[in-house]
Amino acid sequence: MAGFYEDERRLRGILGWIFSTDHKRIGLLYLFAILFFYAIGVLLGFLMRLELMAPGPTIMRPQTYNAIFTLHGVIMIFLFVIPGIPSIFGNFFLPIQIGARDVAFPRINLLSWWIYMTGAFLAILSLFTGGGPVDTGWTFYVPYSLRTSVNVPLAVFAVFILGFSSILTGINFVTTTHQLRAPGMTWFRLPLFVWAVYATAWIQVLVTPVIGITLLLTLMERLVGVGIFDPAKGGDPLLYQHLFWIYSHPAVYIMILPAMGVISEIIPVFARRTIFGYKAMAFSILAIAVVGSFVWGHHMFVSGQSDLASIIFSLLTFLVAVPSGVKVFNWVSTLYKGSIEVAPPLLFALTFIFLFSIGGLTGLFQGALATDVHLHDTYWVVGHFHYVIFGGTGFALFGALHYWFPKMFGRMYHKKIPYFAWALLFVGFNTLYFPMLILGWKGMPRRYYDYLPQFHSLQWISTIGSWILIAGLILLFANLIYSLFRGEKAEGNPWGGATLEWQIPSPPPRENFAEIPRIERGPYEFRK
Amino acid sequence: MIRGTTGLSNEIVENVFLYIAAISVSILVLITFLMIYFTIRYRRKRNPQPEDIRGNLWLEILWTVIPTLLVLSMFYYGWTGFRSLKKIPEGAFKVKVAARQWSWLFEYENGVKTEELMVPVGKPIHLLLTSQDVIHSFYIPAFRVKQDAVPGMVTPLWFKAKEVGTYDVLCAEYCGRQHAYMLTRVKVLSEEEFKQWYEGKGKELQIEKSRGLPRGPQLLQEKGCLVCHSLDGTPRIGPTLKDLSGNTVIVLTDGKERKVQADDAYLKKSLIEPNADIVKGFPPIMPSQEGLSTEEEINELVRHMKELK
Repeated sequence: MAGFYEDERRLRGILGWIFSTDHKRIGLLYLFAILFFYAIGVLLGFLMRLELMAPGPTIMRPQTYNAIFTLHGVIMIFLFVIPGIPSIFGNFFLPIQIGARDVAFPRINLLSWWIYMTGAFLAILSLFTGGGPVDTGWTFYVPYSLRTSVNVPLAVFAVFILGFSSILTGINFVTTTHQLRAPGMTWFRLPLFVWAVYATAWIQVLVTPVIGITLLLTLMERLVGVGIFDPAKGGDPLLYQHLFWIYSHPAVYIMILPAMGVISEIIPVFARRTIFGYKAMAFSILAIAVVGSFVWGHHMFVSGQSDLASIIFSLLTFLVAVPSGVKVFNWVSTLYKGSIEVAPPLLFALTFIFLFSIGGLTGLFQGALATDVHLHDTYWVVGHFHYVIFGGTGFALFGALHYWFPKMFGRMYHKKIPYFAWALLFVGFNTLYFPMLILGWKGMPRRYYDYLPQFHSLQWISTIGSWILIAGLILLFANLIYSLFRGEKAEGNPWGGATLEWQIPSPPPRENFAEIPRIERGPYEFRK
Repeated sequence: MIRGTTGLSNEIVENVFLYIAAISVSILVLITFLMIYFTIRYRRKRNPQPEDIRGNLWLEILWTVIPTLLVLSMFYYGWTGFRSLKKIPEGAFKVKVAARQWSWLFEYENGVKTEELMVPVGKPIHLLLTSQDVIHSFYIPAFRVKQDAVPGMVTPLWFKAKEVGTYDVLCAEYCGRQHAYMLTRVKVLSEEEFKQWYEGKGKELQIEKSRGLPRGPQLLQEKGCLVCHSLDGTPRIGPTLKDLSGNTVIVLTDGKERKVQADDAYLKKSLIEPNADIVKGFPPIMPSQEGLSTEEEINELVRHMKELK
């Protein structure tokens, strides 16, 4: 392969990668690490579904199940979705899309990856040391996490470490976007993916310290019993929940905003026309980022928090739905009078719109106070969350992979196979997660190892769905991996994109641009 | 879906649900239809020449304002429903609920304690929830009501059952190993039946108290011991209580293995400081009875354990 792959200045082989400060190489380091953890997360999900296929003990004991759903959550959230799109595609494409040679702090960028790997290593280490795998759920709610006999301290510390990776990446992207835009690359000529990653970076910088402090306090509570959260010592378990969600709700936007950015890139390219309402798209990203930081209390409607607090959080939650709606309407309008080619990336982007809409709309039921009382902590929440994060961010990531694959690797994948993989994924996904919404409405609580007989048939259907989904995943990734080695050579601009990454060779050369380009038009101008 | 038959809160929750569902489904159908229609209508073969449309102010205002109004109306309905779910009618029948790993204990105003909740039909029931250890959540899916039980707090929940029957109660907040088995039932009796049961139980309690009868078996039940400790020799979450008193046990003290005699002092200590000596092979998760049981109750338990042969 050519381009940045041939850069062997000081270090050779693997060292040339793991000590590289090139944003593209770091992006690929993240890609492989993150997809590796994704595979583990999928495997754990598969095992959970297998256990739940029939009532009573099926393939494991309750404690194993509790550890597995915790690990599934921790891995998927902290090692896959949160770093996900920004660390892989943000690293690789943000500098190129703004016409820069690298991020503002290339060495800090490498440090972020190392911190990420350290956190991941500690998380894995926590499984085999102390009291064994954590069984608290990814939320680490006190007082349970203070009382359980398993290795909570190391797991919590691992997540604490991972936070630094997120903060440093955030600082890097904010600075890069402010400082390194090419001449003429004004704010309103930025590709929407850059806007999304930029807004996400701010959330990362501003709220990640809150989870850091929360986890540190949990550690202190657990190790020396300071009494911040323990009511027996004058502490308050609800305080933990507030602190946790002050980070973890905005974290949902860390997960979804970059995905929205990806969709905003893909749709104009395959519709061959400019995006509908560019400014509305940019401002709605900012609105989601800002308002989304003040809705955390909607996770606590039945926790015992005051009614007034619940009412205010409910109102704010509904307001955050509006900019998300605007984005969906603008994407659909971008198809109007376009010249549309349903290539694999667009197929995934359109599926994103459908699944994300279901995810968003099912969220309205939880934002409404009266209905949330019933739906809270049931399978409805599990279904809703997977529609947003897997149907949304997951499908956007598949779209991004298929969109940027030729650019990143200089090869094109087999173009028919993604349609088959998509069909399996789409059918499997809905068979897996839609029954969960019904189960939730019928009153099946989440995090249950076993269930009452009336829930059996839907649980069974859901498990069948997981097999179809996994078949789709295997086909999708098998095609990409095969093409990595055997795919046809890709041209510089196979999709006819108008943003900067498509104006340079595939794969990009070492410092992206021989000469920093001068920008004279917006990102989605397909006719010169 | 059973609509509005079992409890008062059903109608409230279901009306809000249907309102949001009607709007959501319409929006989803509209979006999906337009998306598919545009994709087919403007496919490249049929429409090789795209048209750049940069926006449309009126359209964009329209689809900002209308959704805002819609979601505000959803908020409003959700809020008014919530108000009724939260407003406890005066004179409601009060029951104290203690949640603990992994059982529920209901205590009525006359001092009677039960493991299943008994209530009269058609009367507002006011539950005062608390937890003895971690956070639990009291959930009756059939009535669409749920409230967390938090240690150190008393949280209220009320409902009114419209029909006689038995309904599941589930724990909805993850609370450890047996979370999925932290189930009980609410039995809704006719007013007459309930009165009979309630007064009968009350009298029994008075008689027992005056006689000072052995309360060991009842205490084991009430304190939630039997969730983890069996009486028939099978190990469960914790060791069995059968033949425990007087025997030797292998325990881990600060990680070191040692043999101890399960005498009265040991049994007492394991109730007050359960994690000081952990019986080998079991997880250190038993909650302390300190503050939960009186001195007398603990003595009675220790005495009763000698009888568990």
